[in-house]
Amino acid sequence: MGFGGVWRRWRPGRRRWLAGAAAGAVLVVGGAAVAAGGEEQVAVRQEERRLSMPEVPGSAGQVSIDTSFFTTGSTPRPAVLLAHGFGGSKDGERDQAERLARQGYAVLTWSARGFGASTGKIGLDAPDREIADVQRLVDWLAQRPEVQLDAPGDPRVGITGASYGGGAALLGAAYDPRIDAVSSQITWWNLNEALFPQAVGGADGVFKKLWAGIFFTTGSAGGLTGGQPKQQDGPVGCGRFSDELCAMYDRVATTGRADAEAVGLLDRSSPSSVAARIKVPTLVVQGQQDSLFPLDQGDRIAKAVAANGAPVAVDWFAGGHDGGTETSERVEGRVAAWFDHYLKKQDNDTGPAFRVTRTGGLDSTGFEAVLRGASADSYPGLGGTATRTVELTGREQSIANPPGGAPPNISALPGVGALSQLSSVGAGLAIDFPGQFASFDSAPLDSTLHLTGAPTVTVRVQADRPDAVLFAKVYDLDPEGKQTLPQQLAAPLRVTGAADGKTVTVQLPAVDHEFAVGHRLRLVLASSDLGYASPVEPATYRIALAGPLTVPTVDGLHTEAAPLPARVWVLPLLAVAVAALLLVRFRRTKVARYDPALAEVPLRISGLSKRYHGSADRYAVRELGFRVERGQVLGLLGPNGAGKTTTLRMLMGLIQPDEGEIRLFGHAVRPGAPVLSRVGAFVEGAGFLPHLTGRANLRLYWQATGRPAEDAHFEEALAIADLGEALDRAVRTYSQGMRQRLAIAQAMLGMPELLILDEPTNGLDPPQIREMREVMIRYAAAGRTVIVSSHLLSEVEQSCTHLVVMDRGRLVSSGPVAEIIGGGELLLVATPATELAQKVAELPGVGAAEAVEQGLLVRLDGMTASELVAELVKLGVPVEGVGPHRRLEDAFLSLIGGTA
Amino acid sequence: MSTVVEQAPGYRARRTLPLRVEAVRQLRRRRTLVMGGVLAALPFIVLAAFQLGGNTPGREGRTSFIELATSSGLNFSVTLLFMGTGFLLVIPVAVFCGDTVASEAGWSSLRYLLAAPVPRSRLLARKLTVGLAFSAGAVLLLPLVGLLVGTAAYGWGDLRLPTGVTLPAAEALPRLGIAVAYVFLAELVIAALAFWLSTVTDAPLGAVGGAVFLSIITGVLDAVTALGDLRQWLPAHWQYAWADALQPRLEWGGMLQGVTLSVSYAVVLVALAFRGFARKDVVS
Repeated sequence: MGFGGVWRRWRPGRRRWLAGAAAGAVLVVGGAAVAAGGEEQVAVRQEERRLSMPEVPGSAGQVSIDTSFFTTGSTPRPAVLLAHGFGGSKDGERDQAERLARQGYAVLTWSARGFGASTGKIGLDAPDREIADVQRLVDWLAQRPEVQLDAPGDPRVGITGASYGGGAALLGAAYDPRIDAVSSQITWWNLNEALFPQAVGGADGVFKKLWAGIFFTTGSAGGLTGGQPKQQDGPVGCGRFSDELCAMYDRVATTGRADAEAVGLLDRSSPSSVAARIKVPTLVVQGQQDSLFPLDQGDRIAKAVAANGAPVAVDWFAGGHDGGTETSERVEGRVAAWFDHYLKKQDNDTGPAFRVTRTGGLDSTGFEAVLRGASADSYPGLGGTATRTVELTGREQSIANPPGGAPPNISALPGVGALSQLSSVGAGLAIDFPGQFASFDSAPLDSTLHLTGAPTVTVRVQADRPDAVLFAKVYDLDPEGKQTLPQQLAAPLRVTGAADGKTVTVQLPAVDHEFAVGHRLRLVLASSDLGYASPVEPATYRIALAGPLTVPTVDGLHTEAAPLPARVWVLPLLAVAVAALLLVRFRRTKVARYDPALAEVPLRISGLSKRYHGSADRYAVRELGFRVERGQVLGLLGPNGAGKTTTLRMLMGLIQPDEGEIRLFGHAVRPGAPVLSRVGAFVEGAGFLPHLTGRANLRLYWQATGRPAEDAHFEEALAIADLGEALDRAVRTYSQGMRQRLAIAQAMLGMPELLILDEPTNGLDPPQIREMREVMIRYAAAGRTVIVSSHLLSEVEQSCTHLVVMDRGRLVSSGPVAEIIGGGELLLVATPATELAQKVAELPGVGAAEAVEQGLLVRLDGMTASELVAELVKLGVPVEGVGPHRRLEDAFLSLIGGTA
Repeated sequence: MSTVVEQAPGYRARRTLPLRVEAVRQLRRRRTLVMGGVLAALPFIVLAAFQLGGNTPGREGRTSFIELATSSGLNFSVTLLFMGTGFLLVIPVAVFCGDTVASEAGWSSLRYLLAAPVPRSRLLARKLTVGLAFSAGAVLLLPLVGLLVGTAAYGWGDLRLPTGVTLPAAEALPRLGIAVAYVFLAELVIAALAFWLSTVTDAPLGAVGGAVFLSIITGVLDAVTALGDLRQWLPAHWQYAWADALQPRLEWGGMLQGVTLSVSYAVVLVALAFRGFARKDVVS
């Protein structure tokens, strides 16, 4: 792990929070743009100013404090002092300052002495230095027209900050009664307790050497990323620390013990020294992943302020100096709500009195821990609202303190907070070396145990030297034997006078952790820890249990609903709305569904038009109209492209006509009209499932119609198909003719009243064609109706009673076959003299005469062929030959020719 | 006047195309059988691969589901689900829902069904139901066969998680059920997209390929971390959220987001399919 990482995390007010806040801002901006169509960001006015202040009250020396003042207007409003963290400067607070300014505050940020562009030396929030500066900043605010005043010289002002800034906030509120509200984040109550923690109570704790070292180095080097250190006035290595502090650190770091002077110095910089003077509403945000200023420091703040009678709320968030993943967005919102209530005096909710961010499982998608809040109406302290006694077992154990304290056991490390958060899902990096720790296990839990607070345990310690230094921790031991250390926290203790054995009550680290059913609790007392100064002399400690583990619980904590993006609720509703909109049917012009007058007319088409897709004037069918009566076999005749198939598709409801209507037995045809069940159709080739047999295809088709099996008349239909054994082969093996016959059989299933056959004889051999004709004639003879479309004339001629001739989408002619063909016989007279057609037509006994390519086409009307030849010869027509002609074909051609 | 009977005797629109009939029509298709065969065979292939490759080398520190595959039947099943989620299970879902209408159009059988007449919306509803049922079967088949094969090979035991925690078998089995259900729900968007394409094109390959292609594209886009929070709108972003069901503490958030996204997209796509098909000129 790089040192820079430590340094960055040391100032949680900065980059990590910034990144989160920036993401938040982008979201908010994006959201606003979407929601309101681009709401204007209110411009924030920023004033840079250097304020000169006495080095200490009454001294001649001056320090220059670099400040920034943010507002969005000039009317009086409450002010907020925004203090930065250790190693940071006012620049890091700019984004939050701008946001607060937009929320209607006058915001002042400043670089504390020894940081940023401010001069002076670091006094560690000394009352006569940094805190006096805060008082002068309040003086300055009182002069500003933008700042609301409670009394002359007394602005309405709140103060907030994290870590070093949090200390300034608490001390500032203590020393300056004009400050009206405080929000401190991840800060200290008592620097002696924080840097020399002692889990058995009292002074002379164990030096937190790793954190203290980082702390001091950051200050003395003037910033690790800033390149060149600033001027070195004092002793080398002291950097911008005051000489007093520098000397103190040198002593403490060398001996690992705090002398009286150090204790006095640290006390002066601790809000605990002025506990009775913090009487304003205080929001205490403390980090669960914080081995520097653990939860017990926040607990002390809350208790002291509450004792003074001021409102307090405590928030344990998923972060802290060790790291963590919770972004500042929620915390920042809470701070703003706190000030809204206590500075603007709004009637808003300041949030629960006690809130804990809990880690659920992992989010597998983003691979982050899922955070969830749990809140209670009152802050219970570290002792919980109830306790559960957990019996531990284990004999007295002897452990060694390794000479030089190495290798050290490991618990928390600066910067690994994100990892320690994962301890709740089974990850962790705590290490204890064999022989250097004593452990005592509970029985497997028979119910879930949710620890919230600091457990306590009584142990007996005997040492072969005057004092014993130990590190107490409670592990979560799963049934597999894997242990995790909640939040990686350890509680150091120094037992003095332990030569003859001493019984002490140890307060373990305050955490929020759930021990699942079947898990055990394991108390570990280790002789060393990487983060702390433990004795370098070898020693042996004997450790025995002297009582059970007392675990505090808070029953009043209720888990808040998991924060899910609005998308989760909005999107489905939106989708359903869009779907509903898509499915709304736009009513077409109302056509009478049923015309009783046509009940007995199998088919009537009127005014039918259909344009080709995407074409305004190219018609597939145009103004077509005809009707078919019962018992007819209607031939629908026309060349390829005449519009026959399009008409039949419209008839089956597959294509929507652009204009006109089709009625079957009086019912208008639309897609899926029930009347179609009275129609059997074979249009444009077979359509079968190739993987199924012919028999299965017919059976499944009939089942798909939902009609009773006995209505199908399978045997008759199969007889028509005449497939023999092939019926039980997969259709994909069929020839085209076989498919054709099977498809015609399918169309005949259920003996429909109207049978439509489109080019039915394609692919059939001549005997089958003849049989097909007979089938059609028989079918119609029973009072049913058949429509056959074809471009083959012979087929229509021999089986149809009526004809409809189409060409290029239009109706050319319709009527009985005889009527269209005419009554008489048609003769083709081979002659070159086609110009005499008119004269021939005028002959009595001749119906019509027409010039065709090979000669004259003459329809006789009473005259015989031999009489015609005689008449032609009389007229001087050179007759080369006379023969009967395929009547319909020529009628057809002549009709089509006429429309060309 | 007596009531007018429009339809043929015995015809009821509500009885057309029974699910059983549609299922039989689809079940006997070669691609259905091949798909089922592949999914059922995959656990054996993976098992053989593990047997051939010997035990996974002791990399206790860096574990994933795949490295824990051989610790129990449950673990083997989860491993198969893990392998299948990204791509493998997309294919049967896309095939069953994308092929169903387009292939009928390709065979020309669609027009005979519609002229039977099976009302258009009913045809779609029935085909979608059967397609989804087949898809669900495919999604279930892989982990189920995996569970059976894995239990036979590695024994019935607790589910070991990559974090080192163990989930008791009695608890892990219903959790695995939740995971499988999630995988199916998360595939709904693919199913709906394939189904919509199926009503638009007559080429089954176009519908299936289009859906698979889009699934790949969104997967690729999801890998572009620069897209940031925009990726949360990609269905592929949530495809592995089922793993949330297999943690010591069941976490619903990711799955809820994934399901709502998938279902929302699916609802719109299916509505598009119904709207388009109701008005479409069937010319196949």
